[in-house]
Amino acid sequence: MIIKDRDIKMWSTIGARATVGLAALELAKQIDNLMVLTCDVSTSAGLDRFKKTFPEKYLDLGIAEQNMIGVAAGLASENFNVITTTFAPFQTMRCCEQIKVNLGYMRQKICMVGIASGLALGTLGYTHCCIEDVGILRSIPGITIISPADSLETVKALEAAVNSDNPSYLRLTGSSNNPIVYSKDYEFKIGKSITLREGKDITIFSSGAMVYQSLEAAKILESKKISSKVINMHTIKPIDKLAIEEACETRLIVSIEEHNVIGGLGSAISEHKSTLKKSPKQLFLGIKDTYSKGGNYKFLKEKHRLTPEKIVEDIVLNIE
Amino acid sequence: MGINEEDQIKNIENFALQVRRHILEMAVSAGADSAHFGGALSITEIVSTLFAYQMKIDKKNPKWEERDRFILSKGHACLVYYAALCEVGYISNNELKTFEKNDTNLLGHPVINRNLGIDFSNGSLGMGLSLGIGVAISSKKKKKNFNVYVIVGDGECNEGSIWEGAMAAPNFKLDNLYVIIDKNNFQQTGSNKEIMNVGNLKDKWSSFGWHTTELDGHNIRDLCNFFKESNKITKPKAIIANTIKGKGFSFSENNNDWHHSILSKSIYEKALKELEKK
Repeated sequence: MIIKDRDIKMWSTIGARATVGLAALELAKQIDNLMVLTCDVSTSAGLDRFKKTFPEKYLDLGIAEQNMIGVAAGLASENFNVITTTFAPFQTMRCCEQIKVNLGYMRQKICMVGIASGLALGTLGYTHCCIEDVGILRSIPGITIISPADSLETVKALEAAVNSDNPSYLRLTGSSNNPIVYSKDYEFKIGKSITLREGKDITIFSSGAMVYQSLEAAKILESKKISSKVINMHTIKPIDKLAIEEACETRLIVSIEEHNVIGGLGSAISEHKSTLKKSPKQLFLGIKDTYSKGGNYKFLKEKHRLTPEKIVEDIVLNIE
Repeated sequence: MGINEEDQIKNIENFALQVRRHILEMAVSAGADSAHFGGALSITEIVSTLFAYQMKIDKKNPKWEERDRFILSKGHACLVYYAALCEVGYISNNELKTFEKNDTNLLGHPVINRNLGIDFSNGSLGMGLSLGIGVAISSKKKKKNFNVYVIVGDGECNEGSIWEGAMAAPNFKLDNLYVIIDKNNFQQTGSNKEIMNVGNLKDKWSSFGWHTTELDGHNIRDLCNFFKESNKITKPKAIIANTIKGKGFSFSENNNDWHHSILSKSIYEKALKELEKK
């Protein structure tokens, strides 16, 4: 897909979930057998233009996520290239067993897009937040899990997932006015992390909206004479093992995620790290296995210590 | 069915007889691992009518693009499915003997294997109808002319996901989709009435917008007559098939102990004798 600079700015303004609908629209122009399925959330997923432009490639299943995954699998079994999308908790947990059987066990190739994952919908409560999706889907064999760092990476990841042969889950975090991590087009490869900043003291791994927060934290750490390598671990499964091995040369590994610290990016890193002979301590930053009181996105990031300032405080406390 | 109607019925009856023979062989070879016996026998005439008469298939090519698609949503009844695929010629007699053995292609619930004619993995109840909707939509989008046949159990209709699918199919005007509900009145641990009364299934499916028919699921002539006329119906079709769980053997008919049970050598021999009398 050809990426224009002005698109990158516009996508950042509208946020990842509106961007994904526009990206699907562009992909549908190139891919004849593309189908987009959703569950009564077309506007939230930025699909209104898609629906008008390609009504024959669009299906709304109503508020019935289990049926959506089954129908998607039926279409995929007949060689349609299917994207499904709804809010992350409903895209992953309401239909979890359908995902296991159809995408996992039967290996039907579907790209699922979970919109507004993490804490972005905090004012609506934890029914609509999603801090469990990565942990749950990681335990199903064969599903690629990608958490894009910004709106441009959302487009890159969707294109890569749709063109891949594997079933996948795209976890979209952040809200509108999604901070830009990538201001120019770049090479995105599923499973290959991207070092955004070099550093020698510690390595910070993050994904999704936490990548920008990590870069900001690294700037503050630099002023405190702590040199931080920042890695965008956009693909959580399969995890980039080489990047973890290289990180073992620094004094501390930090994982930062907008997810429960159980089961997510930090767990995936530690599962590989613990197999290595020599590795440094790991600091797990994320939601500490709790449903806190709700509030807006900013409030919840503060509460769960996922702002650059709080991240720095926790790193300074833990660096040896 | 025309002039050869009687021959056709006879042909399906013979197919069903062979299917029951295969079922016995697989069940006895499974031994102590047990087999889902009752729910396979209740749909033997239905599956036989589909594979020997109604469905468009190519006996030489299980992957033929134009074939009608079959989904055994009540996947535990796989004995009858494997037996029918053997009769069609997709699964060899030798392969049938591997049923539920280590490393087999023929586990106690179907696992997708298109070389053997198994189009989907099933076993977790309530999922096959949604798959069928996706496949039926594909048939229309690809401008193919194939039909989709899904068999669900009456107990399976306890699952909420069945009703998500039931609501969706008429919305998409899927006149190429058939759901056959095996109404044998039992589920795993008792009768429907004891466990979860499914009520009037014909009324329920009708109210969701399906063309609904109730018939005797063991009457091959009735099944054929329905299918013969059914292509004129412009709605998705639900067939409430009244059946007898364990049909065909005196010891298993309407005896829910045979839902999932061990077929011993001595009962197998008794059953074989009953079959030979038919």
